[in-house]
Amino acid sequence: MDVIATSRQLLESGAVQAVIGFEAGTRGIPRPAFIRRAEGAGALVFDANCTQNLGTYLTRPEVRTLGRVAVTATPDTLRAILQLMAERQLKEEDVLALAVDATGEALELPTAQAVEEHLAMVAQVLPDRDREALERLGRMTREERWAFWQGEFARCVKCYACRNSCPMCYCGHCTMDCNRPQWVAEPSHALGNLEYHMVRAMHLAGRCVACGACGRACPVGIPVHLLTFHGEESVHRQFGQRAGASSRLDYALSTFRPDDKETFIR
Amino acid sequence: MADTHFLPQASLDTLFAALTRDGRRILAPVDRDGRTELNPVEHADEVASGCLQTVLSAKEAAFPKVERLLSYTLAPGAVALQDAEPQARPTVLFGLRPCEASGFRALDAVFNWDTRDSFFNARMTALAVIGMSCTRRDEACFCTSVGGGPGATAGSDILLTPVDGGFLAEVLTDKGRAMAALAPEAFRPDPGLEKKVVEVPVAFDPAALTVRLKDLFDNGIWAEQSLRCLGCGACAFVCPTCVCFDLVEEADAKGGRRLRTWDSCGGARFTQHASGHNPRSTQAQRWRQRIYHKFSYYPERYGMLGCVGCGKCTRACPVDMNLQEHLLAAAQA
Amino acid sequence: MSEPNLYLPHLMRIAKITEEAPAVRTFRLEFLDQAAADAFAFRTGQFGLYSAFGEGESTFCIASSPTRKGYIECTFREVGRVTAALADKEVGDVVGFRGPYGNVFPIEEWQGKNLVFIAGGIALPPLRSVIWNCLDLRDRFKDITIVYGARSVADLVYKEELKAWADRPDVNLVVTVDPGGETPDWTGKVGFVPPVLEHLAPSPADTIALVCGPPIMIKLTLPVLARLGFPPEGIFTTLENRMKCGLGKCGRCNTGSSYVCKDGPVYTLEQLNHLPAEY
Repeated sequence: MDVIATSRQLLESGAVQAVIGFEAGTRGIPRPAFIRRAEGAGALVFDANCTQNLGTYLTRPEVRTLGRVAVTATPDTLRAILQLMAERQLKEEDVLALAVDATGEALELPTAQAVEEHLAMVAQVLPDRDREALERLGRMTREERWAFWQGEFARCVKCYACRNSCPMCYCGHCTMDCNRPQWVAEPSHALGNLEYHMVRAMHLAGRCVACGACGRACPVGIPVHLLTFHGEESVHRQFGQRAGASSRLDYALSTFRPDDKETFIR
Repeated sequence: MADTHFLPQASLDTLFAALTRDGRRILAPVDRDGRTELNPVEHADEVASGCLQTVLSAKEAAFPKVERLLSYTLAPGAVALQDAEPQARPTVLFGLRPCEASGFRALDAVFNWDTRDSFFNARMTALAVIGMSCTRRDEACFCTSVGGGPGATAGSDILLTPVDGGFLAEVLTDKGRAMAALAPEAFRPDPGLEKKVVEVPVAFDPAALTVRLKDLFDNGIWAEQSLRCLGCGACAFVCPTCVCFDLVEEADAKGGRRLRTWDSCGGARFTQHASGHNPRSTQAQRWRQRIYHKFSYYPERYGMLGCVGCGKCTRACPVDMNLQEHLLAAAQA
Repeated sequence: MSEPNLYLPHLMRIAKITEEAPAVRTFRLEFLDQAAADAFAFRTGQFGLYSAFGEGESTFCIASSPTRKGYIECTFREVGRVTAALADKEVGDVVGFRGPYGNVFPIEEWQGKNLVFIAGGIALPPLRSVIWNCLDLRDRFKDITIVYGARSVADLVYKEELKAWADRPDVNLVVTVDPGGETPDWTGKVGFVPPVLEHLAPSPADTIALVCGPPIMIKLTLPVLARLGFPPEGIFTTLENRMKCGLGKCGRCNTGSSYVCKDGPVYTLEQLNHLPAEY
């Protein structure tokens, strides 16, 4: 059954109280949709343009109160679901992931294990554009890289579209909200922008599921996702794990294993 | 009384050079990496051609994202205050769309209501606008539904409309006449040019919406519309009329400064008290505030709408909170 | 050159600090600049933004009466970044003050009327300004009744002034603490403010009621006043909302179309009945 028929059935049977998916938006670009009644399922779409990571909605109070939800999930969203479970933000019984295969068939993945097995068959590959951008950044000298990011951050207006579209930025009281102490300068001047993006990149290292939602969300086109992608690649190289691979993943930066590389000790 | 001229494309550089010689900075739409930004230019060929709008609005010229309001030095038992001089560089906004040009009026309504904001006023005094009529639109535009139009003159000191070989130039204000006088050779007599702009059909009646909103405050539509809203500030920050701000202190033991920064009513902490109590604790309440501020409170307090129908919010929103669509749905709720 | 900087505060020296209750202090502030002191005037009900330089500004009502010249007072509880910094200050330290902002209690319209003040806890400060204003013009008003309650004896603010009001024959003062908040030597009432008020049963005839308190107290007091026959246009209160500019510009403090910093903080119940409760 396709996404529409599956969703209709899930809502009619009461197995879920809402389906979080996509509907057609302005200029034909899909946008998140919340279907609460079976009759509304006909609005659902699912294609390659459905890129917003719906996992970002799963920790919001307004969505939790809806009840058990089904989510039409790209591999990015599935990874987000597993990572949220690993971080104890989501329980298996609260969410039903709906993966959609190439023919448009919806696959119900009701358990973490089902999601993990499904993801194991999908290679996690960085989009070419991003891989090339990371390689370009890697070839730069430190000074060039610093200048590049200073130029990008100059456009930042601290709208937090990046943070708010990220499934892993779910903290009810974000570091940026804290004024005792004022960890990060709030205004969108050079220092405030730099501090924010650096802190966010650090907070996401080992947790980012590499969906790129943050970079896409930025209204002024700063490729912030490259920062967190780089952090993720770095964690993978040093600790051998990727966020979103399993619902029982330890946080790389606070877990000690005797066989951790100690290349920083010289 | 209309004061119209023909401004040849080839004379734009003459005009730019004259403005620059006069000590003015020119900000114009510039193509960069697939985006249209509002950046300083010196020559006409730097100006983006065929762009619809810039991503960020031009409000930054009068209401910057960070502005120092005062500073102080600290010593034991003593504080020395330093007033901040408003930083107002003479600036010309070139190529501003009529929707955006009309937005300064909404900023002025807040900054000068009852008490006068010296920082905004100093910048506005030093600002002049050469607007550009629209020959294209997209699905997000709805200027004609909020009292504007693709060729509307409100807010422009000179309004240009593309014609063969150049522009029909309407010189509208004293500031416009002063700019034209800097390059009189560029402003040729008008041979009877026709002002052709794109058609933007009216989608709704804002006065009817303002009336309807009075009954919708407790309606469930705001919770429904805001389910996908991320609560970020993208819409507020790209908007030409959004003016909510924060006052931020930055200091060390020796001194500090007080800054004004952009803020957004969509943020969860915008109205939160120090006690933790938050009068607008749900996104539904915050989304409703956005709509009501622009379409209910602005008309009530200032006699004008707080929206110019430019569509920047819709284009910037990561989850497509299409304002026109939401307003139409509210009008029918 | 240009217009004055709206955001520039006056410099004030802390002349006196009173520890009112746990984490609650009153500052008496004097202008550093004598010309500013001479030019300054305010009316009861108005508020200001007080700076702890280095940390920011916080909003408190002006708790002293406009009839007392040469200083202003504010009472605040330590609850966040700015109030914590203020709480650390000592007599002689310099803070900032911007104001007066907001609307006023229309006390000139209350001449010849009885006044009933009902306050709870840390919400006595705004009414304290009105009380002293009216007491300083005592013969303009008829009966003055004050009902004030706090969680416990220690939480009562303005303890010395409560004694002064109790000692006056031209003031009827009723002080109460919540059940369990009394001390062995407590001689005042024990009970929540709403039932104490209902028992007192002041007459609504020719009487203005002023109510300030925590939301739960207001919520339970208003029905009592309604039962006693007080009309909504004769009941006054003050609202508090998060503020930054105090000038009606930053867009933060509105409840519906009403900015608490400009159209308030003083509201009648009649006005509040026509506004959404975004406070």
